[in-house]
Amino acid sequence: MNNADLLLDDPGWIITLKAVIVFAVCVVLTILSVWGERRIVARMQMRVGPNRVGKFGLIQALADGVKLALKEDLIPAAADKIVFVIAPIISVTAAFMAFAVMPLTGPVNFFGEETVMQLTDIPVGVLYVLATASFGVYGIVLAGWSSGSTYPLLGGLRSSAQVISYEIAMGLSLVSVFIYAGSMSTSSIVQAQQETWWYGLVLFPAFVIYAISMVGETNRAPFDLAEAEGELVGGFHTEYSSLKFALFFLAEYINIIAVSALATTLFLGGYHAFPGLGFTEQWLSGWFTLFWFFIKVLFFFFIFVWLRGTLPRLRYDQFMQFGWKVLIPVSLLWILVVATLRLISTSSQSRLVTFGFAGVVVLLVLGVSTAFENSKKKRNSIEHPEAAAPDFAVPSLPSEITTINVSNQGGDRG
Amino acid sequence: MAEQNESNSLQPHESNEVDITAIAYEKVDQLGAKSFWAQLQGFWVTFSAMFKKPNTVQYPEVKEQTAERFHGRHQLNRHPDGLEKCIGCELCAWACPADAIYVEGADNTPDHQMSPGERYGKVYQINYLRCVFCGLCIEACPTRALTMTNEYELADSTRGKLIFEKDDLLGPLRAGMIPPPHPMYPGMTDTNYYNGDVKEAHPSQETK
Repeated sequence: MNNADLLLDDPGWIITLKAVIVFAVCVVLTILSVWGERRIVARMQMRVGPNRVGKFGLIQALADGVKLALKEDLIPAAADKIVFVIAPIISVTAAFMAFAVMPLTGPVNFFGEETVMQLTDIPVGVLYVLATASFGVYGIVLAGWSSGSTYPLLGGLRSSAQVISYEIAMGLSLVSVFIYAGSMSTSSIVQAQQETWWYGLVLFPAFVIYAISMVGETNRAPFDLAEAEGELVGGFHTEYSSLKFALFFLAEYINIIAVSALATTLFLGGYHAFPGLGFTEQWLSGWFTLFWFFIKVLFFFFIFVWLRGTLPRLRYDQFMQFGWKVLIPVSLLWILVVATLRLISTSSQSRLVTFGFAGVVVLLVLGVSTAFENSKKKRNSIEHPEAAAPDFAVPSLPSEITTINVSNQGGDRG
Repeated sequence: MAEQNESNSLQPHESNEVDITAIAYEKVDQLGAKSFWAQLQGFWVTFSAMFKKPNTVQYPEVKEQTAERFHGRHQLNRHPDGLEKCIGCELCAWACPADAIYVEGADNTPDHQMSPGERYGKVYQINYLRCVFCGLCIEACPTRALTMTNEYELADSTRGKLIFEKDDLLGPLRAGMIPPPHPMYPGMTDTNYYNGDVKEAHPSQETK
């Protein structure tokens, strides 16, 4: 009996309750992750982080939320009022919706009803997540446009261009998962990984591409060019204040959690325990799988914070170049390789052919990258002709200075 | 006249003799991306920093000692017998670049002796909304009456409270000191005071 069948006989009240739980989980995770991010990034910078409100500053994010809600809600005179109000709602709705297909646990006993903690299980679950993510772009671009101001417009355009570009790489990286799992439903992909290995290992390049593009997708450092404070003020949400700003904030963090949850589901075996710890899945009558799920999600969240604490922001053209000229071609090539491998192995050829093909691909990659490195070295080693001495005065180099003229007089110590 | 005016009038600036396109393009060597290993080292820096002791001082609960010569709130000092050192000369006020000090001097009388010598500071105000803590007043003070403490907690809720009066600035009465006004130490001149000959108050200085 798979998840879809389990979900099919859910009565209405369970579905409603689950929707509420998904909502609550999103909000609580946001509050905790804002706190966690600030604490972790503070420790990385040898600071302490918020530690005033509540024990260890745990409810700092809640206090910030209350503060935001009590602030004046400004709508600029030049703004398109209706769109201005709708934009954050679109953003946050899209962010919440992505969580509906995430399988949080295996089969559990939920108030006497055998079910799984997953709101719905549609056959194209992952496509649905990608669709909601794209839908969220409307929130960003409309917010930027309707603000009636230059910086938000530029920030909104940057954000949407960025999200759309990285969505392509993200979608392509998922194709190999679909090929291997033979399904686009999240729960089937989790099950398929249980039968083989985690796809994070089997399809490692796809995992790397997904991990990079999920950072680009969520507008997070080092890809947070849309909110480059030094250049664009706050990006698309510059003109937003009070609750509307809080909605964007919420959407950003739920998006982070959602892409982390998707990464967990598709690449790290979802709610299943680490290999060798499978017996723990029966603990608490199945509820313990929730623990494994959140451990993995929080691992990804930590990576997000770590990236933020380590890497400087990319320049916009470098960022776009990386997306279009590296990530997308590489993921296309990877799909070719995976599809070929899959075809070879399913057409019941001998193992030798499979390994032979894989070996050829690896050698090819190594050869191309070595040739590339060599040509780069060659280019760098070409001597630059010495420039003629300038005909204007230049300060002497420190190495050329032999004596320093210091007078014995002066100074305030007589 | 009209012609002269015309020749004197401002001419539009001639375009630069050097055409911007004529300047040769020089290729700048970019360092390029660091090696993968170097990038990993960067990640290790932030990761290991998590387990180091934070530099933060939990300020209101924990107060760290300032540097020994930190420029904090001013203090008006006293002679060892309790008389004020300030002679109301206003040199501090003149030295102040921020115009934060206001002094009004007055004459000492035998019945009302606040400081050794002829004059004392009757009104002494420092406006801490203006003060930049440069310490020029301290350098200007001829009697070492004005010095700075290490106290830095100088925030308040109204502007008025941040204009410190003489009472706020005067140093505390220590052992052997008698609050002025009282007569000078018997047989001592103001020069003796400045030379540090007066070590403590004399019983005869006690006012009824």
